[in-house]
Amino acid sequence: MTLNLTHSPLVLLKNVGKNYGKSPVLQGIDLQLDQGEVLGLFGHNGAGKTTMMKLILGVISPSHGDIEVMGVAPDSKEAWHMRAKIGFLPENVSFYEQLTGFEVITYLSKLKGFDKKHAIALLEQVGVAHAMKRQVKTYSKGMRQRLGLAQAFIGHPQLLLLDEPTVGLDPIATADFYKTVDQLKNQGTSVILCSHVLPGVEKHIDRAMIISSGKVIATGTLEVLRKSADLPVSIKAYGLNGALREDGHLLKYFNNTKSDDILLVPEQEKLATLRHLLNYPNLQNIEMNSANLEQLYQYFLSKEYQVNTNENTVIENLEGQS
Amino acid sequence: MNQIFTVASKEFYDGLRNRWLVSITVIFTVLSLGLTYFGSASAGELGITSLSTTIASLASLAVFLIPLIALLVSYDSFIGEQENGTLLLLLTYPLSKTQLLLGKFIGQGGIISVAILLGFGASACLLYVNMGSIEVLSTFGVFIGSAILLGLSFTAIAYIISLSVSEKSKAAGFALIVWFLFALVFDLALLALLVGIEDGISQQGLTQLMMLNPADIFRLVNLAGLDRGDVNGVLAIAINASLTQFQLFSLLLLWVLLPLTTAIIIFRRKSL
Repeated sequence: MTLNLTHSPLVLLKNVGKNYGKSPVLQGIDLQLDQGEVLGLFGHNGAGKTTMMKLILGVISPSHGDIEVMGVAPDSKEAWHMRAKIGFLPENVSFYEQLTGFEVITYLSKLKGFDKKHAIALLEQVGVAHAMKRQVKTYSKGMRQRLGLAQAFIGHPQLLLLDEPTVGLDPIATADFYKTVDQLKNQGTSVILCSHVLPGVEKHIDRAMIISSGKVIATGTLEVLRKSADLPVSIKAYGLNGALREDGHLLKYFNNTKSDDILLVPEQEKLATLRHLLNYPNLQNIEMNSANLEQLYQYFLSKEYQVNTNENTVIENLEGQS
Repeated sequence: MNQIFTVASKEFYDGLRNRWLVSITVIFTVLSLGLTYFGSASAGELGITSLSTTIASLASLAVFLIPLIALLVSYDSFIGEQENGTLLLLLTYPLSKTQLLLGKFIGQGGIISVAILLGFGASACLLYVNMGSIEVLSTFGVFIGSAILLGLSFTAIAYIISLSVSEKSKAAGFALIVWFLFALVFDLALLALLVGIEDGISQQGLTQLMMLNPADIFRLVNLAGLDRGDVNGVLAIAINASLTQFQLFSLLLLWVLLPLTTAIIIFRRKSL
């Protein structure tokens, strides 16, 4: 006997679009986010990331398409109790300046049905417990951001939506933040992480979605995106003292605009190149890097820009002919 | 209900923390005690004045002060939170727009109400101790009750402003314009109508027009039962109309409920 265990995704978007007036802000968005999955949502300013988050939160309704969060439409009355299970950190939030950090988190905790003890535990978790009796107006930018994170973590949410969570955090606080995200993920929390600060994000996300002008231009795991982009692998060999520049087999892999000895090798030729390098007796070390998230992001955005430019040129030509 | 009271207690505490409650109470207390004790100084007398004169003076003061303070306390309630990003955040919580608005109304209305009760209550106590008449308490009861309704009415009007504008500075500007219209321009316009229209305006018509301004209803509630010597201008004519105090109180209450309902409708339709 086989058990047919089906589980519905935590967040499901089917052909979702949103218009403000007549201008479309989001078009044809499809997304499925499962329990314990971390999605990185990337895009330029005004790409539609925040609108997408608002749609998932149920603060605004889609112009077309269907959205389900935990099995219900987030803008419906049925979604009422689901909201206690969602944590959200908006970009550039400024909390009540007159209140202390403790008062802010206690107030917000009460709105989700939690008490003062829970508020204190959260303040300790994000590292602002020492300043919790101080008014928020005395907090630094980093402390305010930690306070924002504390409120997003209220009630051990099943879904976290974080808009620019590491802005204003120092490197140690950023590392602590990602550690917390990893812990939450292991506990089954799903996370949608929206960030402009790409370095350091890729280790903590399962999938990435890149959007531009309201449309998804790339989505998938980093492996899938790397395959799709087909960007070269960078290989740096140590101990060869410029000998590689005289190697006829490798000359084509040098980036002539740079003076350092870094080879940019197509993915399918990576192994052959490594074997070739191993034949050098003086070789001390090899450093190899696949395309990182930042490079992938730039690649997909520039590709989209080229497509749009070509389309515009064709339209202008057609208009010129008519 | 829990959500409403959580928001209300936070708003009330906010008012305590940023000194609104203390400041308003002190202003009301100083002015009301001053008017009660020095109200007849212009007539060359010093000491407690008559109940009628005290209420007439307090009503004339309150009709300007209470709307202004209520608008100042509440004009940025929503636009301020919207600019800070907390309004969007709160709407992702298990909290409806109506609950949030009612919570704010109870909290901020509570600040105005407590300040009125303490500030003008001080005058009531002073007069009661000196006169020992129970009439003092009943007259001040009506005065304080109507003053609270006047404050709540302008709190609700401030919410309409706060929910209808896109910037905090615009909300402040509109709040001042609203105060100016209700507290000053409206009565001048009525006077102009009285004097300017050839056949004059009927007493009934004048009273009906006054119902369009909660500040005038407040004046009517409090001045209707006073010695006619303490009342003059448009009010003296309108007071002769046959509206009972209960009807006037009901109209004042309507001036709380109508703007409040309008604010709820605007908030529900508002997209963030």
